[in-house]
Amino acid sequence: MTETEYQHPLMAAYWKQLDTRFPQVEEVFEDCMAEALAVLTREGLDAYLEAARVIGKLGRGVEPMLAFMEEWPSTAKAVGESALPAVMALIQRMQKSPNGRAIAPFLQTLAPVARRLQSQEQLQLYLDMTLDFMERTTGSIHGHHTTFPSPGLPDFLAQAPNLLNQLTLAGLKNWVEYGIRNYGTHPERQKDYFSLQSADSRAVLQRERHGTLLVDVERKLDLYLRGLWQDGDHLVPYSTAFDELRKPIPYYDKLGIRLPDVYDDVTVGCAVRTDQAGVNQGGAHGAPYGERIPGIDRYRAVLAHIVGHRRWSEAQVADNWSPFQRMAVEFFEDCRIETLLIREYPGLRRLFLALHPKPLADACDPETASCLRHRMAMLSRALLDPDHGYTDADLNDFVARFHAVMAGGESSTGEIAALALSYVAKTRRQSDQFAKVHFADTVVDYRDDNRQLWKFIEAGDEEEAFDETRKIEPDQEIQGLPPRHYPEWDYSSQTYRPDWVSVYEALHPSGNAADIDRLLAKHGALAKRLKKMLDLLKPQDKVRIRYQEEGSELDLDVAIRSLIDFKGGATPDPRINMSHTTAGRDIAVMLLLDLSESLNEKAAGSDQTILELSQEAVSLLAWAIDQLGDPFALAGFHSNTRHDVRYLPIKGYGEHWGDDAKARLAAMAAGYSTRMGAAMRHAAHYLGARPADKKLMLILTDGMPSDVDAHDERLLIEDARQAVRELDQQGIFPYCISLDPKADEYVGDIFGRQYTVIDRIERLPERLPQLFMALTK
Amino acid sequence: MIDKDQYKVYQEPFYQQQRNEVALYEAAYRNRLPVMVKGPTGCGKSRFVEYMAWKLNKPLITVACNEDMTASDLVGRYLLEANGTRWLDGPLTTAARIGAICYLDEIVEARQDTTVVIHPLTDHRRTLPLDKKGELLHAHPDFQLVISYNPGYQSLMKDLKQSTKQRFTAFDFDYPEAALETQIVAKETGMDAAVAAKLVKIGGVARNLKGHGLDEGISTRLLVYAATLIKDGVAPRDACRMAMVRPITDDADIRDTLDHAIDATFA
Repeated sequence: MTETEYQHPLMAAYWKQLDTRFPQVEEVFEDCMAEALAVLTREGLDAYLEAARVIGKLGRGVEPMLAFMEEWPSTAKAVGESALPAVMALIQRMQKSPNGRAIAPFLQTLAPVARRLQSQEQLQLYLDMTLDFMERTTGSIHGHHTTFPSPGLPDFLAQAPNLLNQLTLAGLKNWVEYGIRNYGTHPERQKDYFSLQSADSRAVLQRERHGTLLVDVERKLDLYLRGLWQDGDHLVPYSTAFDELRKPIPYYDKLGIRLPDVYDDVTVGCAVRTDQAGVNQGGAHGAPYGERIPGIDRYRAVLAHIVGHRRWSEAQVADNWSPFQRMAVEFFEDCRIETLLIREYPGLRRLFLALHPKPLADACDPETASCLRHRMAMLSRALLDPDHGYTDADLNDFVARFHAVMAGGESSTGEIAALALSYVAKTRRQSDQFAKVHFADTVVDYRDDNRQLWKFIEAGDEEEAFDETRKIEPDQEIQGLPPRHYPEWDYSSQTYRPDWVSVYEALHPSGNAADIDRLLAKHGALAKRLKKMLDLLKPQDKVRIRYQEEGSELDLDVAIRSLIDFKGGATPDPRINMSHTTAGRDIAVMLLLDLSESLNEKAAGSDQTILELSQEAVSLLAWAIDQLGDPFALAGFHSNTRHDVRYLPIKGYGEHWGDDAKARLAAMAAGYSTRMGAAMRHAAHYLGARPADKKLMLILTDGMPSDVDAHDERLLIEDARQAVRELDQQGIFPYCISLDPKADEYVGDIFGRQYTVIDRIERLPERLPQLFMALTK
Repeated sequence: MIDKDQYKVYQEPFYQQQRNEVALYEAAYRNRLPVMVKGPTGCGKSRFVEYMAWKLNKPLITVACNEDMTASDLVGRYLLEANGTRWLDGPLTTAARIGAICYLDEIVEARQDTTVVIHPLTDHRRTLPLDKKGELLHAHPDFQLVISYNPGYQSLMKDLKQSTKQRFTAFDFDYPEAALETQIVAKETGMDAAVAAKLVKIGGVARNLKGHGLDEGISTRLLVYAATLIKDGVAPRDACRMAMVRPITDDADIRDTLDHAIDATFA
């Protein structure tokens, strides 16, 4: 490629200034310059060319330079050309770090990002965040002397515009933080996260989104359907976050009503271009211009519309109608049911009109584009809005005919379809066939896709062909219960990691029940002493009810007072008796045993392992609680990473403390680690469902919460502390019995003051039941 | 002697018959059968009894039951006075003596041992033993016992014993049909029918939610309250929120849904 001679001297000078030999740059040079000349100042233009020259000389190939040339003018238009030094500074930092590969994606997405952010301050925050991201994820791998580029950065930069469409900058920051923290040391996972491939990446994104989430308002919408419409169905969310090209539309079928997972609030009139302000003033029946319609009301509008279809629409045979005819029928039918809905609840008119676009009468040029959609949208507006203000004669004629049809009652889908067909015939234009369709302001986004409105006689290449039921291969039968997922608390960001831990529940294996009986016999003397204490605890405490007119005993205090009144001539109080009732003892107990590997160690000062001592202690405690008659459950837990937390019930609430339960206790074995928070959450799931007044969860453990996949030892401690808070909120009283002599360092952090450390483990069998009794006295 | 006229209902209470309950009640009264009136709160149970007392021109003694009420609160007790004791009849005894209709409102609220004292009055014996006084009271020929209860908030603790239930003939009340309820609200308050119909519609929304977070729907009584407020010049939306939504629920989701229903109805 030889150097090109530009005709225009100025252009030639610019080209020279650029000082590049890339042929690809030359191809786009003139277009870029035209755009740059339009938006940049003289100095800005020089800076632009200089920056492009520098980027071209970075030795990263043509990509970064091309991207910069193309993107900068529109970036500068969005945030101002003075942002250039900051951008260049970041590029220099990238160039000096091993992350040069990320320069191209950074520049390629700069313009859309800038358009979202709209201000230089915001852009600066974005640049800072990118830099921070880069520095924290670029690192060395132990044993290698080179530094490695950040694995997630290019993916993140490529996703940035899409992310900013859904998140605020603060939300984006949280999402990035989460990724860096949890996948900072795992290159492959990090890539998955930042390219939105992994499940928790999407889950965290969902959490940070702006707008009204369906899950948050699902109950309100259920109540809305049931209360206002006596209808009800599953509300199934579909994701709007990842389908950029073809936005799904609400619909309903046998399986439920499909709604978008999130609706942003909208401002009335925003659908109309602002350069023609003053046209859409709402009017007497619509919401005033500029009013915000909250997301929940958009959901309500969709649901009302769908209810309307379910009530009044009848499926029509579609085969003989052209797509245009069908579209017209859909618009007319939608308006028919909305008219009926408004009859039911007049306030809906305001809502529908606020969400319905108001196309400008002359927005579409029939000479160059297909105006069918535009005409239909205008008609639809006019059918609902008495002050539509359109002057088109045909339109007004059909509005009048529509109202005449509706005046007689509900009309029907068939009748309204006939009207729609004659409208299509009346207003047909040659240009309706044009490929270029005028779309602006014609989408009524609270309406469903009307799939239920059509039935097809001939099974052709229509949509149905894809819905043929596939034969489902019989899968392997599921062994045991499916896992339950629990969140885990991340203390550094003060957020939950959604569905982080999988808890598998399976009945504890059984051993020989006689072993437990033998243990109990061994502690016979202790059992006798405990029995005395238990008898004192048994529900026998009487409560005195005073001021009874009729009771079992005379209440002397009151009787004397009454007598004084009587002697003094005043009217005495006749309620001088008292009676007694027994106060019941209503405590449900859950005993949670840590069955981690460390239990196999010998206890200090004893020839028994901690496991054996725990077994004895738990046997005695179980016996004691059984004597008292309190409902109790017993379960062990251990964990092997967050994907495999095992929860092993030994005795359930419904079970008798008999041979089955004893046999399971006898088989108690230790292994793996201690992920305490998840086990507590799962146990709370059972304990919380008990109808008792007081709920006590005892946790017997020999060490701090830990697991092989948790590198930060604070993490699981903080999670357990959070789990304790959750228990408190559920009205469960957690209490920890720790066998770790060093437990004072952390157990207080988790359980506050609700713990005991047992130093002399050999005395555990004696201490545990005593402790329980002291707690429940 | 007790002045029985003080218990008379002199002015005709407004009562809109839903079906043929007036005639049925008259038949029950002719034969002095005890009557039980069931139904949700605020659907017109007490008004019905009051109306019947007026129609039959009989005195009406109403007792609102509560859980502290003892048998002697119904039957009577000895009062201590400066110079001895004096027997005072309870409302049930009074009614049996003077031949009034005795209406025990919300009978389930009373303790179960209390309700047993009405048993001998409700079968063929029609007597009331006053054991403390040593008197066996034979009920006046005009005496009739009426009880009401609301099966809506039934709990284990608050239900009538079978032996009590099986001594009564019963009317099952419910909120009236929309058209009828509109008429009632309109007539009771002088509200025009269009607004009354809207109130009834919102009431219907709440009744659809019964069991989904609401224990009871919006009662006719609350509709009347709302209409009264509107009549007094309060904006309909505020009146509905104040009289119909805020009293019945603390659940934010339900409140929100009902508020939306109000906005959607009063466009």
